[in-house]
Amino acid sequence: MLGKLDWSAIPFDQPIPLAAGAVVLVAILAVLAWVVVKGHLPYLWSEWITSVDHKRIGVMYVLLASVMLLRGGSDAIMMRIQQAVAYQSQGYLPPEHYNQIFSAHGTIMIFFVAMPFVIGLMNLIVPLQLGVRDVAFPTLNSVGFWLTATGALLVNISLVVGEFARTGWLAFPPLSELSYSPGVGVDYYAWSLQISGVGTLVAGINLVTTVLKLRTRGMNYLRMPMFCWTTLASNLLIVAAFPILTATLAMLLLDRYLGFHFFTNEAGGNVMMFMNLIWAWGHPEVYILVLPAFGIFSEVVSTFSGKALFGYRSMVLATMAICVISFMVWLHHFFTMGAGPDVNAIFGIASMIIAVPTGVKIYNWLFTMYGGRIRFATPMLWAVGFMVTFIVGGLTGVLLAVPPADFMLHNSMFLVAHFHNVIIGGVLFGAFAGFEYWFPKAFGFRLDERWGKAGFWFTFLGFFITFVPLYIAGMLGMTRRMQHYDVAAWRPWMIVAAIGMAVLTIGVICQIVQLVVSIRNREALRDRTGDPWDGRSLEWATSSPPPAFNFAFNPDVRGEDAYWDMKARAQQQSLEREEPEYHDIEMPRNSPTGFVCAFFATVMGFALIWHIWWMVILGGLGAFATFVVFAWRDHDEYVIPADEVAAIDRINLEERRKLVSMAGAA
Amino acid sequence: MAMTATAGHAHADPHHIGVIIEHPGPASKRIVTAYGFWVFLLSDIVMFSCFFAAYAVLVGQTAGGPKGAEIFEQKNVAIETVCLLLSSFTCGMASIAADVRNRFWFYLGMTVTCVLGLIFLVIEFREFADLVARGYGPSRSAFLTAFFSLVGCHGLHVSAGVLWLLTMMAQVFAKGFRADVLRRMMCFALFWHALDIIWVGVFSVVYLLGSAV
Ligand code: HEM
Ligand SMILES: [Cu+2]
Repeated sequence: MLGKLDWSAIPFDQPIPLAAGAVVLVAILAVLAWVVVKGHLPYLWSEWITSVDHKRIGVMYVLLASVMLLRGGSDAIMMRIQQAVAYQSQGYLPPEHYNQIFSAHGTIMIFFVAMPFVIGLMNLIVPLQLGVRDVAFPTLNSVGFWLTATGALLVNISLVVGEFARTGWLAFPPLSELSYSPGVGVDYYAWSLQISGVGTLVAGINLVTTVLKLRTRGMNYLRMPMFCWTTLASNLLIVAAFPILTATLAMLLLDRYLGFHFFTNEAGGNVMMFMNLIWAWGHPEVYILVLPAFGIFSEVVSTFSGKALFGYRSMVLATMAICVISFMVWLHHFFTMGAGPDVNAIFGIASMIIAVPTGVKIYNWLFTMYGGRIRFATPMLWAVGFMVTFIVGGLTGVLLAVPPADFMLHNSMFLVAHFHNVIIGGVLFGAFAGFEYWFPKAFGFRLDERWGKAGFWFTFLGFFITFVPLYIAGMLGMTRRMQHYDVAAWRPWMIVAAIGMAVLTIGVICQIVQLVVSIRNREALRDRTGDPWDGRSLEWATSSPPPAFNFAFNPDVRGEDAYWDMKARAQQQSLEREEPEYHDIEMPRNSPTGFVCAFFATVMGFALIWHIWWMVILGGLGAFATFVVFAWRDHDEYVIPADEVAAIDRINLEERRKLVSMAGAA
Repeated sequence: MAMTATAGHAHADPHHIGVIIEHPGPASKRIVTAYGFWVFLLSDIVMFSCFFAAYAVLVGQTAGGPKGAEIFEQKNVAIETVCLLLSSFTCGMASIAADVRNRFWFYLGMTVTCVLGLIFLVIEFREFADLVARGYGPSRSAFLTAFFSLVGCHGLHVSAGVLWLLTMMAQVFAKGFRADVLRRMMCFALFWHALDIIWVGVFSVVYLLGSAV
């Protein structure tokens, strides 16, 4: 009846996950109870859960990522403490538990923190920057988000019901095959990635189509803001790479569920094929994450330097070059496979070539700052901090791309330090910069600067105190994923790293405090003009937060830096003009499709993990029925009448006129 | 933005010399839908490529089991191929009928497409069942694993296509040739033709090359 599921799945003998699970459960129940008692449920349902507005979906993505960052961060704290105390002792974590923690940490950070964070920011901002009302496929967009949430939910369920994989975040066979991992851990891993992967693919298709087919009048390709370009590149990579992940995981699942032999040791299976396939996805994945961050830094650096981006065209070229080359270097992840010096040399050189367009970008940012009027607001701090950090990470990356050096350093702490260097210094700093930069656009008030800056400095310093010791430990021969060790030389570095982790944690706490303080003071921090940073691209041309329809008129673009241009022209022409004629606007209706679909996907995923076949069928039928019902709907749009549009737009125009006349007077 | 609604005319983009071709604005729904679906199809083809690649890597790994030449039935494969190619034609007829809003030819075209698809699936299913019965199931060797997965994955797509086809017929029955129904019909047709193209790949790589060795 319940497949493999019985009471032994609940780890009564392990206090840590049980307590953690209980705390999370109580927290969720408390929030739910509060929502219901306060009567917020109808509001949540109609304004958020069923919303197909790209701005709301973007916010929900970022929220999901933030919550999961706390979960993944707790794992990181546990690991750092373990390695600080586990010198010539077992530490406080049993080995199989430690293995689950690093696997869950890596999986969560990549798939449920970094991915939703950048996808959320792209969803929120790209249609605004393109000057359009919506994304290409609003309802599918909501499906994509909720499927990602399903994946995150399944990973968290594994904390209390059953176990998570102990195989690392890429589940290498043959360790992940049934004979070596007979439990449900790998199944949790594979199904949650399979389901959220579908969501990511949907998001990718949606954003590619949006950028290519839905630009406002005059928004030629070479006038698009940099963030739109990097979004395009990143989502092209999603569309090209995520199907590889889907296929690879499907093969692993076939091995585990039906006794196939793709990657087994018996009957001719080929383990190295898994490495090739997974890294053919995995290396582009790194650029899927970091390209949007590059776009954010481009926007931030140019806005806070008060200058157009230096070398815009070379920036576009560099972005697309990275997009293509990132597909040709995957083999540097296993130079030790034994493919021979020729193959290794080719992939080593290809890997180093990526440093060229990346270097172009760094120089362009520096030249944008050069001679500019720089304002060190919080987003700009993150951008500058990124440039410093990323250069270190990039250099160690080039070092790892030299095959002989890699023979020494792969699977060492040096590698762990390198990829955290680029992924925290690149992706996470970018996400935070974007968060601080666009927060006023999403919510209509700015974030507190003092707490924001404190958050930056603690995170920045904490980052170096944590990871420089790991570089050193790696040089001293410490391998990754160690539950405990006996080498005295490593000990001091592990202790310093743990202290660094504490500093990092203070940084995170500062950012949480910043959010709370800013919400409290929101009246004082209110952004009435919609343009708090003196921005240059079209998202600043509408009010904060933007109305459901984004723009009363499709903006008309005449050059790069569309909004900057408009402001300049408006000043010259002193804004004396008659009121334009407003029209009715059609917008897509809300739809519960995404949420219902994700509900059935969760049921089905859980049932698949535990081999509860009747429930699998139920979930599958439910998901199919949801789609048929969705396809059967008659009215998928509603109309916002012209006078309502006019009323909303007049307020915005009034504020904007004040802004321009003030700037003109100054 | 509203502010520019009455502003004077475009000054030239400094990067351009001569005529600027201005981007006309967002594309129509029909184009957006078709474009998005194309992108999806491309990603689906990437997914298939992985199974093709796996097949190419594992084709020699028979682990003492049968080779391709020993188990492939050329006659069945020929019938399957004819069915699929014909069904692409009838699917095209149904699309044209939908465009000119002719219900009779639409239902006829779709029904024939459906029947041809089902014949294909039945033959494939019998081939699989027969192999399993002879002890040559997918867990016999890595070669058979790759074979069953690649061909089966295509078969699953065809099955999904048949479900979609029936849904389309029901939609036209219930709602007529509405714009959104026509857009979906266009996507379905793209999907069906794409499956045909992939079959040509399967047919050449698996069956033709496989029987040669
Ligand atoms: C906040 C500070 C962080 C700390 C202190 C930290 C710490 C760690 C530690 C100790 C490991 C295990 C290394 C080992 O195997 O010995 C690890 C692995 C990993 N981390 Fe982090 N991490 C942090 C943030 C992140 C972020 C933001 C990401 C990605 C967005 C990330 C991605 C990964 C990945 C992919 C692994 C590999 C997991 C595996 O071994 O399979 N980490 N991290
Ligand atoms: Cu790589």
